[in-house]
Amino acid sequence: MDVELKHIHKYFGPVHANKDISIKLSSGTIHGILGENGAGKSTLMKILAGYIPCSSGQILINGIPVKYSTPTEALKYRIGMLYQDPLDFPALKVLENFVLGIPDIPFLNSQKSFKKMFHDLCRQFGFSIDPESSVRRLTLGERQQLEIIRLVAAGASLIILDEPTTGISVAQKETLFRALRFLADEGRIIVVVSHKLEDVMSLCDVVTVLGQGEVVGEVVQPFDPNELLRLMFKEIPAPVPRCTLKCGHPLLWMDRVSAPGGRCGLKECSFTVKEGEIVGLAGLEGSGQNLFLRVASGLVEPTRGEIYLGKEKLTHKGRQVFKNKGICFIPTDRLAEGLFPDLTVSEHFVLTKFDDSFFIPWDKVEQVSVNNIIKFSIKGDSNSKVSTLSGGNQQRLLLSLLPQNPKLILLENPIRGLDVESSSWIWSYLQSFCLKGTAIVFSSSDLDEIFGVAHRIVVFFDGKIVLDSPLEEVSLEEVHQAIAGVT
Amino acid sequence: MKITDWVIVILAVFSVTTVVLFLVGAPPIDAYMLIFKGAFGSWRHFAQVLNVWIPLVICSCGLLFTFNMGLWNIGVEGQIMLGAVGSTFVIKACSSVFSPSLILVVAGICAILGGALWAVAAGFLKIRGNVHEIFSGLGLNFVAQALILWLIFGPWKRPGIASMSGTEPFPKSLWFPVPAGWRVSPFMIGLAVVLLLATAKVLQATRWGLVLKALGSNVKAAGVYGISVNRNLFFAMLCAGAFAGLVGFFQTTVIYHRLIPAISSNYGYLSLLVVMLAQYNWKPVPFIALLFAILQVGSIQLPLMLRIDSSLSGVIQGLLVLTAIGVMYARRRS
Repeated sequence: MDVELKHIHKYFGPVHANKDISIKLSSGTIHGILGENGAGKSTLMKILAGYIPCSSGQILINGIPVKYSTPTEALKYRIGMLYQDPLDFPALKVLENFVLGIPDIPFLNSQKSFKKMFHDLCRQFGFSIDPESSVRRLTLGERQQLEIIRLVAAGASLIILDEPTTGISVAQKETLFRALRFLADEGRIIVVVSHKLEDVMSLCDVVTVLGQGEVVGEVVQPFDPNELLRLMFKEIPAPVPRCTLKCGHPLLWMDRVSAPGGRCGLKECSFTVKEGEIVGLAGLEGSGQNLFLRVASGLVEPTRGEIYLGKEKLTHKGRQVFKNKGICFIPTDRLAEGLFPDLTVSEHFVLTKFDDSFFIPWDKVEQVSVNNIIKFSIKGDSNSKVSTLSGGNQQRLLLSLLPQNPKLILLENPIRGLDVESSSWIWSYLQSFCLKGTAIVFSSSDLDEIFGVAHRIVVFFDGKIVLDSPLEEVSLEEVHQAIAGVT
Repeated sequence: MKITDWVIVILAVFSVTTVVLFLVGAPPIDAYMLIFKGAFGSWRHFAQVLNVWIPLVICSCGLLFTFNMGLWNIGVEGQIMLGAVGSTFVIKACSSVFSPSLILVVAGICAILGGALWAVAAGFLKIRGNVHEIFSGLGLNFVAQALILWLIFGPWKRPGIASMSGTEPFPKSLWFPVPAGWRVSPFMIGLAVVLLLATAKVLQATRWGLVLKALGSNVKAAGVYGISVNRNLFFAMLCAGAFAGLVGFFQTTVIYHRLIPAISSNYGYLSLLVVMLAQYNWKPVPFIALLFAILQVGSIQLPLMLRIDSSLSGVIQGLLVLTAIGVMYARRRS
């Protein structure tokens, strides 16, 4: 099967998200789509997968123009998509999810035949998922594997993957790449959307680079990383240097804290962070690091253990007190947990910077918003609803909402889904706080990020802290072992 | 919604209603004329319309607080009833002690407290028991209705014989004063307008109003901003309950001058429809409330003159909400 996108345009109101994009996807290749945030990658993929219609342009399959307007119809043309966050039914069993995804199930079906089909596919790809366990218990990587075999069983010949290597372990990544190569060798088309240069280079046969909604270039193996970087960014951003740690006083101290939640809860974690220190939390998705951040921010109450800020006990004081003491939290899912989607940019400033006014002084609010929009180069105006901002701009807005002198900033995957340029901007801004004595604790599924900016690394496994070490004293190997739970 | 959308909604509603009227064999033009005459035929009729408009507007104001926060305060019906019980209690207990005007003021305060208590009860169940406000509100509505029936047939029954027609009427001196020949209290009209404007001011111009809107937009983000969901939920329910309690006061002292089983006249449920149709904005509220009041009062004549049930007004009101939601949905999709 050969698929061709011809002169695709997509408008969102006045925004021209895709400008005259033409791409040929040929059978048996792994095709990478590379580009910074807001380059139009996701939009293009959603059009190809039938989630949104294009404003104009054509999709040709084997030279014949086709039209479809839902993912189900797209699957009839054998086009399927896998999301960054898999869209499955967490309450159901693995096998049930698998069966639900197959179209035209005969009314009377036998569990047995599906189970056999499931096992055969798993064996083919080298996946090991228990069909009887509930999807809720799977790791992100396993859910991704489930999605892949579901799409294959549903007959997809073109499989789109959006940021597939985010949040999965190294071993899972290797398995995934092997499976994708196998699928391509069988004659399928694999389209991988990513901004991780390394992954794209080791996996893909052809790479199309998008920039500002247009095709900037198409490159085939062997790749030159500098050429790709040059295509992605007009100038190659320099990595952010780690700021030097001035040994400060202990700031936040957690003493054998346990809390329920997530996949495995939090078990007896003791932890201290000093003023001006940057600590990176690593571990497989759902190992407790994100719950840890919620406990440290006062959002989740610990069942056991104590939390101190300086000499003051904060346990069970509630989020308001934590916030008033200068503990800030920025969650990873910005629209779901960090922002109010229906409120405008300036209304967010009212909520954060005008705490003690009863009536809203709109003139001053407007001034503050405009200043921050300029200072943080947020693309949007003060009356834009935040749900219309792009991911990078939402993150900039969240940073601009931080108070002047926070004591501790807790961030969950601060640069997930952001391009290199936004990421380095965000980290250099955050580091400016550390020079003033603010401590930063962040979780990341990207070890490069932790090794790049943090002073100390803390690894979580199964709800416990299994490694806590300054970065100079630990090797990447040791960290990998800790993440995988090898002791 | 734009004006054109409203025109579409109204045309759709009246064409469906016309079909319904044809099906039951009633002449549609006559029916609409009757509704119109029933509402505007004389000052007496129009005063009745205003007497429905006042409680609808006051109750809707309260609901604006809860709806903006994303709360479904179905319990508003019971909150009106508790307001009525509160004011009747004061009038029964103190009628021989204080001066009438003082008693009316105290009755008003007690009505507000009664409504607020019932709303806070639902809020408390949500905060402490994690019970959805729709279920607790619905349950509390039944409890309030049972309480009123018990009072009418028990402690507050008429001397001699208890009856569904309610308690003994209050002494005339304790009726809320209405100028001779007016049939509607200008004070209450003024109060409804003032409350509507105050609600609008609080929701639009204060930080608290914005906090409610924020919580309505995304409760999960509240923690990040240090906004207490429970405290704001409590105060939003308190406001809604207080406004509903005031409606209970209005129904007992201005309209019925006693406690009757159907004291709320379903104004709580109607107000829910008014606010939903207004899409939680304050501006359309007085106009939609007026339309509802006209339908409510105008259709009283229908059973007598055309032998069709007066629930036709309910059919029209329901259709209005459904088609409006349909049009909004279609707009959002396109």
